[in-house]
Amino acid sequence: MKRAVFILLRNPLSVLGLALVGLVVLAAVFADYVAPFPDHKGAVVDFLNFNKAPEWPYLFGTDLVGRDILSRILFAYRISLTLGVVVLALAVPVGVTVGLIAGYIGGRTEFVLMRVTDVFLSIPPLVLAMSMMGLLEPSLTNGMMAVTVMWWPWYARLVYNLTRSEREEGYVLAAEVIGASRLHVMFREILPNCVPSILTKMTIDFGFVILIASSLSFLGLGVQPPTPDLGSMVAEGAKYLPDSWWLTVFPGLAILVVVFGFNLIGDALREILGVEQ
Amino acid sequence: MTAPTLAIDDLRLGFRGWAGTVEVLHGISLHIAKGERVALVGESGSGKSVTARLVLGLVQELRGARYSGRMAFEGRDLGALSRREREALRGDRISMIFQDPTSSLNPVYTIGTLFHEVLLRGTPGIGTAEARERAVAALADVAIADPGRVLSSYAFQLSGGMNQRVLIAMALANNPALLLADEPGTALDVTVQAQTLTLMQQLVARHGTSMLFISHNLGVVREFADRVYVIYKGRIVEQGPTEALFDNPLHPYTRALMAAVPRITGEGIPEIDEEQTGFYAPLVAHPGHSEAELRP
Repeated sequence: MKRAVFILLRNPLSVLGLALVGLVVLAAVFADYVAPFPDHKGAVVDFLNFNKAPEWPYLFGTDLVGRDILSRILFAYRISLTLGVVVLALAVPVGVTVGLIAGYIGGRTEFVLMRVTDVFLSIPPLVLAMSMMGLLEPSLTNGMMAVTVMWWPWYARLVYNLTRSEREEGYVLAAEVIGASRLHVMFREILPNCVPSILTKMTIDFGFVILIASSLSFLGLGVQPPTPDLGSMVAEGAKYLPDSWWLTVFPGLAILVVVFGFNLIGDALREILGVEQ
Repeated sequence: MTAPTLAIDDLRLGFRGWAGTVEVLHGISLHIAKGERVALVGESGSGKSVTARLVLGLVQELRGARYSGRMAFEGRDLGALSRREREALRGDRISMIFQDPTSSLNPVYTIGTLFHEVLLRGTPGIGTAEARERAVAALADVAIADPGRVLSSYAFQLSGGMNQRVLIAMALANNPALLLADEPGTALDVTVQAQTLTLMQQLVARHGTSMLFISHNLGVVREFADRVYVIYKGRIVEQGPTEALFDNPLHPYTRALMAAVPRITGEGIPEIDEEQTGFYAPLVAHPGHSEAELRP
């Protein structure tokens, strides 16, 4: 633990990442209290103050119906973070289980599971998500589903490779020799040794999940208005560039900050846990 | 006479590949009486380890493995056991020690946790406190001075010799009838190896455990085993009591094996004769020590 703190503090980038993510998470959780105009998260119209450049009290300006952009960004973070948590909470267990079974059992099971994984991996991720969203009706829940479907194969692939190398280790053989069941070997012997790699990937992916979700809503396939979402805010403002630059630049920066932050933490975690790239 | 702890008759093993079946074992027969220490000696790839894994039922689960012959453990035909029954034997009645002690212990658990799991095999439902008590006693048996510290350590925090002792303690924790030792301590340096082997010898004698000792180290085998089987390319080529076999090796391969050991007195690296035709000569048993004579 001490060592972890030491490595973390030694690298200024890790500290920056931690600060950025900490700030974003706190702001999202306490958005109701932090945001200057909490009611602007919904369908509020204030035509007296529409499309204003950044000025007090609208630090990031206002949008086309007069809502404070800073407030909307904070509430959009809330949705982005929830989405990230839900997607990873669904995708990781599925991917990990598939990878473990395929890697450990081998044989025909391995062939079937990994070929299915390959099929998912061979479709460009955004296209897969878009076609899913095209079939279903665009909403936050369906957006999460779509991103989850495109995300689990990466974990299956990662854990499969790790399992393939771990199962050659002496302790796996030793466990088999004392009569441990397959389930025991997979989940109690091999899985704990894969956790560092999985954790690192999850942290880095968190940022990317938010990015992909924003891309979906940029295309109008994700969260629907009036719910604030970083992607749809960028999309909306893009029509008014470069005059009303604040409509796109600030939500865009908001995406950058959170993705960058999680990436930095991921790198720090990789260093702490000694995971090879 | 009771059934021997382990009896193997005409064991053949092949792996089916693209180019037909590759035969690995060409009919091996050996047995281990109760409390006996038997060594299986041979070069890399001669089939010694695979024999041990067949006994444990690990090879049978591989696809493409084809085997025939009879293996009986305390009179029970191992081939007739279901997978579940075989798993139940492992770790409880039969246990095994491997070459590299440190890699045999899962790095994410403490020795105490691992020990608890081992004890659960023999005593289902054993509690943490009782398991710890028994683990401390078992570790004290292998001359570990501070069992408490070792139990709360991880394998990578202990030395190789310490881990080897932990493994020996674990292997004997459930009082197995048969201990398979696959080149134990080869990964350790010689002094540590000597210490742990002495310990193992004493413990095995005390528990009355039968032992199959797999090794390519002739010096260790000489000190350790009651009887020796020499294996070459999947065939037993010579068998006999340790003393007689070392004093008077009968088979050309055994003689070559003994000549190949570098002397500590420094006579240079021994030259190995390229002429190996004699190595394929049939099995030579020392008088009174063929399978037929030893097993009624």
